Formats: sequence, C-alpha cells, structure tokens
Amino acid sequence: MVVTAAIEIVDLCFRRAAGREFVLDSISLTARAGELLVLLGPNGAGKSTLVHCLLGLATPEQGHVRALGDDLRGFGRREIAKRIGYVPQAGHSAFAFTVQQMVLMGRTAHIDGVGSPSPQDHEITQRAMIDMGVDHLRTKPFTQISGGEQQLALIARAVAQDTPIIVMDEPTSSLDLGNQGRVLTLMKKLAAAGKTVVMTTHLPDQAFNLGARVALLRSGRLVAEGAAAEVCDRDSMSRLYGAPMLRLAAEDAKGVVAFVPDLD
Amino acid sequence: MKYWRARPAADLERRWALPALVAALVALIVASLAIGRYPLALATIVDTLLGRGDGSQSQATAETILLLVRLPRVATAVMVGAGLSLAGAAFQTVFRNPMASPSLLGVSAGAGFGASLALLFHLPTLAVEGAAFIGGLAAVAASFLAASSVRGNSLITLILCGMVMSALFQAMISLVKYVADPVDTLATITFWLMGSLAKANAADAATVAAPVLLGGATLFALRWRISLLALGEHEAAALGADVARLRTIVILCATAMTAATVCVAGIVGWVGLLVPHIARMLFGMEPGRAMIATATLGALFVLGVDDVARSASLIEIPLGVMTAVIGAPFFLFLVIKARNEQWS
Repeated sequence: MVVTAAIEIVDLCFRRAAGREFVLDSISLTARAGELLVLLGPNGAGKSTLVHCLLGLATPEQGHVRALGDDLRGFGRREIAKRIGYVPQAGHSAFAFTVQQMVLMGRTAHIDGVGSPSPQDHEITQRAMIDMGVDHLRTKPFTQISGGEQQLALIARAVAQDTPIIVMDEPTSSLDLGNQGRVLTLMKKLAAAGKTVVMTTHLPDQAFNLGARVALLRSGRLVAEGAAAEVCDRDSMSRLYGAPMLRLAAEDAKGVVAFVPDLD
Repeated sequence: MKYWRARPAADLERRWALPALVAALVALIVASLAIGRYPLALATIVDTLLGRGDGSQSQATAETILLLVRLPRVATAVMVGAGLSLAGAAFQTVFRNPMASPSLLGVSAGAGFGASLALLFHLPTLAVEGAAFIGGLAAVAASFLAASSVRGNSLITLILCGMVMSALFQAMISLVKYVADPVDTLATITFWLMGSLAKANAADAATVAAPVLLGGATLFALRWRISLLALGEHEAAALGADVARLRTIVILCATAMTAATVCVAGIVGWVGLLVPHIARMLFGMEPGRAMIATATLGALFVLGVDDVARSASLIEIPLGVMTAVIGAPFFLFLVIKARNEQWS
C-alpha cells in the first residue's frame, strides 16, 4: 500500500490576477507525517504565498493542495482548520486578549458557530500551554509579553488546534537566539509526536539544526529539494540569495552548517 | 501594532463585578423613574407598575407620568445606550480599530440622512428606519472602500475617511433641511438630529428595542467567533472562522442597531467610542463578559446623561450635546495615546 503524504502540493500555480506574472510556478512538494519541511528563499520568492495556498487562504490558479489525501478546494474553513494549523509571525497582536484567551482560540474549528469553548476545550488549552511552557503567562495580556513569549503562545495555540499539519510563517524572524532555540526545540518535539511541520525561514542553519528536509524557492519556482546537507552548499545558497555566501562549519557544531554573506 | 495595553483592574475580574454593574443599572432605572419635575415615591412607582392603584387623583397623575412619559423615555435611553455601545464594540472588532465607532465611521450621519429624507416625505416609522439603515450601510461601505484604496492605510486613515463621509452626509442632511417645510418638518428634523429623548414615547421605545435586541442577540450568539476577527483576516480564517460571512453579519447588525438609535434619538455621538473602551479596560476581553459589560455600561451612561439633561436645568439640554462634551476630550486622549504608543 502506498503511504499517503500528509501534505501534497501538485503542480501549483498562483498569480494575483490573470495576465500578471506567476508568483508560484508549477510547485510540487510533499511532506510525510512526522516530517519537518523548511522553505528557504529570498524575499519575494513566493514563500508567504505558498504558505497562504497551503492554508487555503489563497486559491491557486492551477494545481492542488491535498491534506491527508483530500483536496483543500472542497473544504470549508473549519474543515481546513481541523487539518492544518497556522503559526503566524508574532508581533501583530491587536486587542489585549490574555494568553489563555489567545491559545483558546485555537479550538475554534472544534466549536460550533454559535458555541463557546467547553470545559474540554479549556482542558486541551491548558495542556497545550503547559507543554509549550507558557502556562505561567496564562493571565498576562498578549500585548504585554515579549516577542519570544508571544511566539511560544502562538505555537501553543496551534497545538491546541490539534491538527496533524502545522504551517509556520517565519516563526523565528523577530526572536533572539535563545528564543529561536526554544521555538526550534518545540518544532522538533511536535514532529517527534507525528505532526508534519512546514516552516519558512531566512536562516538555512535552522534546517540543519532541525534535521529537516529543505525546499529552495526562487522567483516562484522550486529550485531544489532534499535533506539540508545535500541541498544547502555554498554555491546553491549564493545563487539562491543572489549574493556571495560563506559556509561556516565546525568540528563541534554537531553537523550544523551556517551561511553568512561574504562581504568582499 | 500594540495598540491596546489596558489591563483589567484585578478586583473587577471577580465574579461579583458584573452582577454589581447590572444591579447598578436596575437601581438607576428605578431612580430615573422617580426623579423629574414631578418626583414620584418608590412605593407609588411599584404600585403603579404592578397595577395596584388606589384610584386617587394623585395615583392617576403618577400613572400618566410613569407609563406615558418616563417609562418609554427610560426604556429608550437604555436601548440607545446599549445599542450604540454594542455597535461601537462590533465596529472596533471588525475593523481591528480601537478608534472606530458609529459616528466616526459616518454610520450615524448616513443613517441621519436616510431618516431625514424619509421624514421629509412624511413616510411611516418603518420606512424611516429602513431608510436610516440603508443610509448607514452606504456610509460604512463608502468609508471602508475609501480607506482601503489609500496606500499604507493605517488606523487613522479609516477614521479620516469616516469623517469625510460623515461631513458629506451632514451636508446632504443640510440640503434636506434647506428644502424642508419651515413650519413643521424643519423643526422636527432639527430637534431630532440634535439628539434628544424628550419626545420618546412607547412607539419609539419599541422602534429602537426591536433592532437593538435582535442585533444584540445575534452578536451575543456569535460572540466567540466574532472576537476572532480582532486577530485579522488571515489568522481568523486559518483558525477556522468564516471571515467574510462573520464580517457581513457583524456590519449588518451594528448598522441596524445604529440606525435604530438614530431613528428615535437622532445623532448621539461618542457613546459607541467611549463605552467599549471603558468596558474593555474594566472587564477585560473575554467576549461574553465584555459584551454584557459594554451593553450595561452603555445603558448606564446614556440613561445617566439623559437624567442630567432633563433635570439639571429648566430647559432640556440636548443629549447629543452632553455626550459630545464628555466624549470629545476622551477621543483626544485616545489620539494622544495612539501617538505615544505608535499605533500604526
């Protein structure tokens, strides 16, 4: 029997309007359960658009996104939200919801249109906050905690959403190194629990650190795909970002390789 | 975009805070029935309401004052306050803008134009209400479309566009007044636009109560999902909310509620801005608590202001004038706060 991919992108094409150029051009990608997939690419490569297509927020002109074998096109918002969770970039908080209220919102897909959260939803929320280490922030207004804490809370919300697939859009971009480490550790934990985690980032070393599979995206096309160690070398990174790169590797770096711009 | 930093005062988060607020409203309602140029004793009020009259002349007078004048006026004030406040809170959530309110978005002026046009042609109450609703809807749609066509659209942009629409509809109201018959219609339209509950009767109370209660009940039933809209379109949708449908429902309800208040009380500004803020500040963001607190505080505010308006001096002070005197400085305070905290 063929194992169904958790998420399957087939020949995906997207453009903002007919006649404009394609933002995504014939992208095909898959990710299995328990797999971490890192999307790398320069600004404007189409990473965020791809994330929106994965979440069913943007409708592709051509091609399919399948979650657990089903095409997203046939689904309403709630059905998509039961399969795919979303972790946005922290820092866009609006009104002062408490952290607990914020995490509780992850339960939306499991609550009827006119319903409110049940005791069971509160319990699941509580567990997600404890697992992600934000339980002590429960009563704090979301607007008053640090960017790192906000990001952890948003991940807790995706955990409370209880989906087999979690998509994260630059979850570490506004975080210091310590908080980046915390977020990456949580991602590993989620993958180990059998979830498929897709993330975008500007730091290739994170893919090495996570032991993730990597997809390189440039100008809306998929340039390369594979294990971080196979795909990310000095040449491919220099070409991807359109600037000369240095490859940093060390004996005691546990196999993690980093890339920094070569300024000469 | 950290634009609301308030933190609920710890002691008001306790269980008794909300029931105490509701009790305060009940107390003010009773007090409002008692006070006035012809003060009524509490016992008389209770007797009259329960239909236990002693048949005396003073009892008959009390009955007339209570049932024909004060009760309709108090009920109308409560509904206007609750309606405007809930509509303000709904607009703030749906536009993710803590400075949005029925009057600042132009909804009140649009509804005022629709209603005054209907009054000009002596149309029946239901038609006035319908015209107010359509006018309000046109104004909010125009404000929103204008704001979204501005590049780098910020919180202030929507408010500016709303003020532009408001000015436009005010001008059209002036046009209606200009062509109105100076003997009867003009005076009616002018006094009514100033915002007053002086002539509120039982029919007015019913006119405002039906949309406010229906709209309020709809918003309350959907409160949990509606609160997600404050997170923004994409986040709310990714969490499983049907954003387009929810937005439509919220805007329709909030506009209908605003239009209904405009139909009976004219343009009463600032309530929809002021009250949701205070409610969130005191009672937090939990959707159910926030809604009950908003509606109750709104009713308390308008009823209290109307009590002062009708009893502070020999002549009635227009309600809209009083709310503006309180509301305008508060708006300035919000703008200063916005500047200092750099709302984008």
